[in-house]
Amino acid sequence: MKKALFVLALLPLLVLPQLAAANEDMHLDKAPIDVSNHESLQRGARTFTNYCLNCHSVNYMRYNRLQEIGLTEQQIKDNLIFTGDKVGDLMKVAMNKKEAKTWFGVAPPDLSVEVRARGADWIYSYMRGFYRDSTRPTGWNNTVYDKVAMPHIMYELQGEQTLNHETHELTLTKPGKLSVAEYDALVGDLTNYLAFVSEPAKQQRNHMGWFVLLFLGVLLVLTYKLKKAYWKDIH
Amino acid sequence: MTDKNKSVLANALDNTVSWVDERFPLTSNIKAHLTEYYAPKNFNFWYFFGSLAMLVLVLQIVTGIFLTMHYKPDADLAFGSVEYIMRDVPWGWLIRYMHSTGASMFFVVVYLHMFRGIIYSSYRNPRELIWLFGVAIFLCLMGEAFFGYLLPWGQMSYWGAQVIVNLFSAIPFVGPDVSEWLRGDYLVSDATLNRFFAFHVIALPLVLLGLVVTHLIALHEVGSNNPDGIEIKKLKDKKTGIPLDGIAFHPYYTVKDLVGVVVFLMVFSAIIFFAPEMGGYFLEANNFVPADALKTPAHIAPVWYFTPYYSILRAVPPVMNSQFPGVAAMGLSVMVFALLPWLDKGAVKSIRYRGSLYKKWLAAFVVSFIVLGYLGTVPSNIWGQFGSMLGNADRATVVARVFTVIYFAFFILMPWYTKKDKTLPVPERVTG
Repeated sequence: MKKALFVLALLPLLVLPQLAAANEDMHLDKAPIDVSNHESLQRGARTFTNYCLNCHSVNYMRYNRLQEIGLTEQQIKDNLIFTGDKVGDLMKVAMNKKEAKTWFGVAPPDLSVEVRARGADWIYSYMRGFYRDSTRPTGWNNTVYDKVAMPHIMYELQGEQTLNHETHELTLTKPGKLSVAEYDALVGDLTNYLAFVSEPAKQQRNHMGWFVLLFLGVLLVLTYKLKKAYWKDIH
Repeated sequence: MTDKNKSVLANALDNTVSWVDERFPLTSNIKAHLTEYYAPKNFNFWYFFGSLAMLVLVLQIVTGIFLTMHYKPDADLAFGSVEYIMRDVPWGWLIRYMHSTGASMFFVVVYLHMFRGIIYSSYRNPRELIWLFGVAIFLCLMGEAFFGYLLPWGQMSYWGAQVIVNLFSAIPFVGPDVSEWLRGDYLVSDATLNRFFAFHVIALPLVLLGLVVTHLIALHEVGSNNPDGIEIKKLKDKKTGIPLDGIAFHPYYTVKDLVGVVVFLMVFSAIIFFAPEMGGYFLEANNFVPADALKTPAHIAPVWYFTPYYSILRAVPPVMNSQFPGVAAMGLSVMVFALLPWLDKGAVKSIRYRGSLYKKWLAAFVVSFIVLGYLGTVPSNIWGQFGSMLGNADRATVVARVFTVIYFAFFILMPWYTKKDKTLPVPERVTG
């Protein structure tokens, strides 16, 4: 009886994430997320500061926090800060929100917690889902985000895709500087970096969790023995 | 007084305690509530959740105090200050996750505690007041959770509060004025955030603590019920006056509850360290988008612990273009628990000695609660529509209506089926 109850209590842990994941009807590709892979995160940081950080701020992230992905303060200053910002500053952008709205129709969102809001798979698919669409003001549309205001920033790298409206499949009509595999890897690293940025404490949290559970496991044995000892005389 | 057989330190302690005792009922209170408070010796799994609810209350208060030190109740700063806590405050992420997970776990523990009260009829004579104080705690807790949920100022915070406050505008005549008065504005805004903050960190915690004290005073006045649903005070040791089936709360139940606390903390920690969002049920993805008064999310759902009542709200069709019947049904679905002591006419208290009729109704209630809870988390078109013969009604809405009827029938028909139920004989003494 007690065992059955315990199993019942743990059951939601297994079922709930699947339920939550099942509510998106569009197809998303699985993003290769591994926030312990520092090289991937560093490559992602480079792509991010070069291509995204002009318009998209990460208002809650400080540059020097990138030391956690294996960079030194000097490396961060030399390679990732292109403005007059100090290494302890937040990753803000100079773009004015009001002006941005007149230029793009919508201000580029802050990306601090974008992965937690949309999911890594969404971003991974979105960044690979741009295609040529002459009806759009920017000339670009997106399979994941229809009528998106953002132009394809990395089209030089990916090349140009067109959408077959019947099969809903994208084909590369004009190759870019990178091969498909190289571009996918680049976006994978970028998504991984955004996943790290959305919750920098995650690795520490996962690491600590095992020690906390180990401690509580030992405590459980002790308290159980204590209870047994006290209850010896109760029948 | 000094005792030559005792050490200097022990004597000093004795003297201090007797000095206090002459001025404050310390020893007598420890005796009355711990060392000489006799609880039935047959408590089972279900009896862990009272002490666990107290543990979670303390955790919420302590983590809440630390969050208040860094949080900014300001519509422009609130969202950012939560991220600041998650990133720049030392151990801020841990404190925040403890608080957000604690909110959900509070309801898990309280629901299990209430279920215990129902299956062993702990609400019945002479424990009606304990139950009523408990229902008041539950209502207070729902208010506390609702006010607190606005504070992170994400999209779900904002629109959830908008929807709930708007419910009051369905009240005939005074409704729109009442909801405006609650918000302090024509829409949820900085003014709303500030007052919700005041309610969340001062007003309701004070009420909650007061109610917990009265809940415990009432409990210790009449003594605990037990899984056999019999009164242990009826059979006492003739010499000592101690109930034959009673054991001192301390040390027996303090050491036993300690085991429960550790098991609970293991589950709690597993969530905090490995799945703080709990697949979007404890922390919703949409709440990582800052509140935007101009952008209504496609799907607004309350946090899981409110979903059974939310389902009932949606299930009741409007009457004469008024949503009031749904709002009233939702309010009733929560308040109706308070009537249990007077609805239950059973000859026995514990489910162990109830007949199959009662058990079937209870099972139907549990199933409705869970199904309604699930349906409250999803859009009502989740299962598609029935054909045109049934008016193209949403399948999920029809299912929610059926289970809403069962939910209320469990209470309304209780006097009838508990009386008619074929019960088993109840033993004199508690069983294992």
